[in-house]
Amino acid sequence: MNKILFFAHLKDEVGEENIRIDVAGRTVAEVKELLAAEYNLQKLDSAMTAINEEFASNEDVIEAGDEVAFIPPVSGG
Amino acid sequence: MNFEIAKEPINIQAVIDKVVQRNAGAITTFIGTVRELTKGKKTLYLIYEAYESMAVKKLEQIGDEIKERWPGAEVAITHRVGRLDITDVAVVIAVSTPHRADAYEANRHAIERIKEIVPIWKKEHWEDGEEWIGDQLEKVAYPTGKPEEKDLYE
Repeated sequence: MNKILFFAHLKDEVGEENIRIDVAGRTVAEVKELLAAEYNLQKLDSAMTAINEEFASNEDVIEAGDEVAFIPPVSGG
Repeated sequence: MNFEIAKEPINIQAVIDKVVQRNAGAITTFIGTVRELTKGKKTLYLIYEAYESMAVKKLEQIGDEIKERWPGAEVAITHRVGRLDITDVAVVIAVSTPHRADAYEANRHAIERIKEIVPIWKKEHWEDGEEWIGDQLEKVAYPTGKPEEKDLYE
């Protein structure tokens, strides 16, 4: 099982701060495609992804238990 | 705890005190505040949100970058989250170094890197609406394309 976190506009669009689904063995790109279709997310492509709080690339494969977060372009400061 | 996400108003002096050291000849302090007008549009207030655990790690990474590039530097950063009104303090960065030029440069590095790699977002609230701001250059919300990989690691 994996915990998937959403922030900023993605959280508003999904309607949840996080969900739990099993995406072990899938790449980040595959999970983005899956979630974009499931929740009709237009801008998921422009989000970065973090696996276990470290930036990941679209080719990285998610393992069981990994926490996956989608990070829209940041605007702190 | 030199790198923090705060839900309450930031005690600026407490952040500065963290970088006091006997070898310092300078401490620079950057205080980021909530501006009322952006491109003529009036902000009523902001909501800041963070992926807190990762944000702290990325602030620590910025501290490590500074210590590597400016030997002898000490760094402390606190970023506020939640609702902030106009003039409220959103971020405080304190850097101490043996010489003043380094303290200015290293502090500038910290705020620029925050705008690149730290997972914190602000939602602008105006009289006629609200929007999550997604571009650190404050020109457009959510440009296509993600930040370049080279921006993530120095």
